[in-house]
Amino acid sequence: MVQENNSQQAAGDAGAYSQEFLTFTLGPEEYAIDILKVQEIRGYEPPTTIANAPAFLKGVINLRGIIVPIVDMRIKFGVGTVEYTPFTVVIILSLGGRVVGMVVDGVSDVTSLRSDQIRPAPEFAATVDTRYIKGLGTLGERMLIVVDIEKLMLSGEMALVEEAAQTP
Amino acid sequence: MSIDMSQFHQVFFEETAEHLASMENLLLGLDIADPDAEQLNAIFRAAHSIKGSSGTFGFTDLQDVTHILENLLDRVRKGELHLRNAMIDAFLDAGDVLKNLLAAHQGEGEADRVAADAICQRLRQLTEAGAVPPAPTFQAATPAAGFDLYFLLEGGAGATTFENLKAELATHGELRAATAPAVPGQPWHVRLSGAADPELLRGLLEFVARNDSIRIVPLGTADAEAAVLADAPDGAYGFFSAPAPATASDDAYGFFDPLPEMAAPPAAAAADDAYGFFAPLPEVPPAAPADESYGFFEPLPEPSPAPAPPPARKEARTVPAAPAATRPAAGDTTIRVGVDKVDQLINLVGELVITQAMLAQSAAQIDPVEFERLHNGLIQLERNTRDLQESVMSIRMMPMSVVFSRFPRVVRDISQKLGKQVELKLSGENTELDKGLIERITDPLTHLVRNSLDHGIELPEVRAAKGKQPVGTITLSAYHQSGNVVIEVGDDGAGLPRDKILAKARERGLGVHDQMTDQEVFALIFEAGFSTADRITEVSGRGVGMDVVKKNITALGGRVDIDSLAGIGTRMTVRLPLTLAILDGMSVAVGRETYIIPLGYVIESLQAEPGMIKSVAGVERLLQVRDEYLPIIALHEVFRVPGALAALEDGIMIILEADGTKAALFVDAMVGQHQVVIKSLETNYRKVSGVSGATIMGDGRVALILDVAMLVDMARRALPAAA
Repeated sequence: MVQENNSQQAAGDAGAYSQEFLTFTLGPEEYAIDILKVQEIRGYEPPTTIANAPAFLKGVINLRGIIVPIVDMRIKFGVGTVEYTPFTVVIILSLGGRVVGMVVDGVSDVTSLRSDQIRPAPEFAATVDTRYIKGLGTLGERMLIVVDIEKLMLSGEMALVEEAAQTP
Repeated sequence: MSIDMSQFHQVFFEETAEHLASMENLLLGLDIADPDAEQLNAIFRAAHSIKGSSGTFGFTDLQDVTHILENLLDRVRKGELHLRNAMIDAFLDAGDVLKNLLAAHQGEGEADRVAADAICQRLRQLTEAGAVPPAPTFQAATPAAGFDLYFLLEGGAGATTFENLKAELATHGELRAATAPAVPGQPWHVRLSGAADPELLRGLLEFVARNDSIRIVPLGTADAEAAVLADAPDGAYGFFSAPAPATASDDAYGFFDPLPEMAAPPAAAAADDAYGFFAPLPEVPPAAPADESYGFFEPLPEPSPAPAPPPARKEARTVPAAPAATRPAAGDTTIRVGVDKVDQLINLVGELVITQAMLAQSAAQIDPVEFERLHNGLIQLERNTRDLQESVMSIRMMPMSVVFSRFPRVVRDISQKLGKQVELKLSGENTELDKGLIERITDPLTHLVRNSLDHGIELPEVRAAKGKQPVGTITLSAYHQSGNVVIEVGDDGAGLPRDKILAKARERGLGVHDQMTDQEVFALIFEAGFSTADRITEVSGRGVGMDVVKKNITALGGRVDIDSLAGIGTRMTVRLPLTLAILDGMSVAVGRETYIIPLGYVIESLQAEPGMIKSVAGVERLLQVRDEYLPIIALHEVFRVPGALAALEDGIMIILEADGTKAALFVDAMVGQHQVVIKSLETNYRKVSGVSGATIMGDGRVALILDVAMLVDMARRALPAAA
């Protein structure tokens, strides 16, 4: 954040610094993630379930020969209706060498947000830990929840990585 | 014109390692009573090549040891010394020292200077002890006419020091030649004639030179020297061997090595053209055979006896890739490729196979008459993919001889240590196995062989008393059997003592009884900490190891069985899959899921009759198969699969065995048997309990591969809780 602010000041005018985000919906809520973390977007196919995994971990799929875990964000965040139709979308994320798929209700668009459009999120109790929320973006009437997707996915909470197995 | 030598170091390391390995093999194959001249020559050439190339690269420690080794070898091969067992031992140990030095140069471990000095001493003693006085050698009985001094100057000392030293030396004899090294790091050379005391000379040199680098080589009388030259042309080419009496001049240096000028007519010399990789060549007058072939990097002979170093250098550098007829096989028929590249290729082909299977499955639904050409194309594709997969897999395959070749040495060393006489028989060295497996099977196999040596083969007198040949036999054989590689370690020793094992097992509180089959009893030796050895020897007997052997082999997807007959012998049979990347699996259905069970764990499958299922405390937990009660693992319960068959008699029971424990796995149905490509779950996800990996089925779906050992273990632990 400090760096972002610095570069903003260095640019000298508030509009110069902006970043591209992929926005997606979960029920009525709109989320935004850094576009550079997105590898591809594809349709949902029933994954192979993994025994004794958390409910939001739908299983693993074969993505061109790589085994990729699929996480349903609607179950994780507890928003939206969980149903799988031919239009259900999976965003394949590439996070520091790991590939993870996440099921969302729909992908909206790619927008660029200037850093002055992102406000820090207030502390609030939610199913999402505010640690993983970078801020709240405003785009006209829309409020975008800007998520640090890498931090979230690799956190113990998602149980996607080995260390997570030890944390209760 | 400095050349970065380090770029050639890797080549040197590999070459030297190969030379050392072949030297060791040859040494072990030598018949001490009647050594084969050709084999002796081959050993000598290997040592000579190492000496030449290590000198070139300035690895003087390697060079020093090989030089002494070579001297002794040279005398043996010329029949001046009789080959003795002690020599073979010394040669083998020298080989070990060289390996250690080589490893140290490669940055692995520390160089053991003490061992190096000790072996040099030992070799020198052997050389001198067996000297036949009239033989013309460097250590000629006649008083030395002078000395060749070689040494490395202390760090910081330079040309001035050398001048002072020369002046000092001149007081002890006539200074005949003093040569600075062509390449820094190589020894300085001074030739002194006159009868000086070598110890005095050493004392002088120790002031300025590094103590460990000083070598004082007495010169023979002029006659003796000439005889040596005529007799041993090879000796005259060595980097360090005495140059001809004519003063060696700086001009005589070739590309990497000094080219000693040949005073004697080289006709005799040319006959022995066994030059090592970097070995220097003598200057050959134009009359010499023109079709001499030169190795890679070997300096070309100077076109005329007149020294013309610059052209020689240039020529030598422009022809590094000149075909080396003396080393025909290695150079142009193999390439060294990183394993990661091969693995990537294998992965890609694996995916191609999956894609092809998917296409075939889709194509099965279309009308074969209407789309005949498409069908034919797909059939062709299937064949091609299969061929491609086989070829790519074969890249990783290596012959078992890579592992077997170390055993003659192991057997020799240990049998000597134990005072046993053992003959090792190898068969099936050409059986191929995946490189990854080869690397990981070496240690377990070594352990099995040591075990056979220590516990199996009896002492000669014991064997004689039993009416056996005093020389025991250990057989190592490898062969393919139904998609597996089978490696057998057999001995004709005492066999496993059934009673002793049972008694020991009782002592350790293991659940054993007298009705156990031999196989079950013998399998007890794989228990951790189990040893029936009466005393602990250096070789084995601590009870550590056999359990590790079993664990390692199981981890490779293999298994080990023991057959033994008291008094006749023991045979350990190791079965391994051909590769680590592919697994023979049985696919089973549970609900809508498919799981793969590695075939190696499956004993049998059956449909349970209602009477076979016994309940404990109201829970149906045990399956009676013949005389055994096996715990039942219901896969749908363990993995919480919805929609699976619940009634135990409706589905299929698969009897599994892992780590000596059996269990019955309850599944809905058996689907088929496949070779599956193993994919890691941990790349993008994490380890899942009860699952060892994943694979991609023909329809593109992911199927999980069961971790049978863990499932069986789960059953064992769950049983008391349920009861």
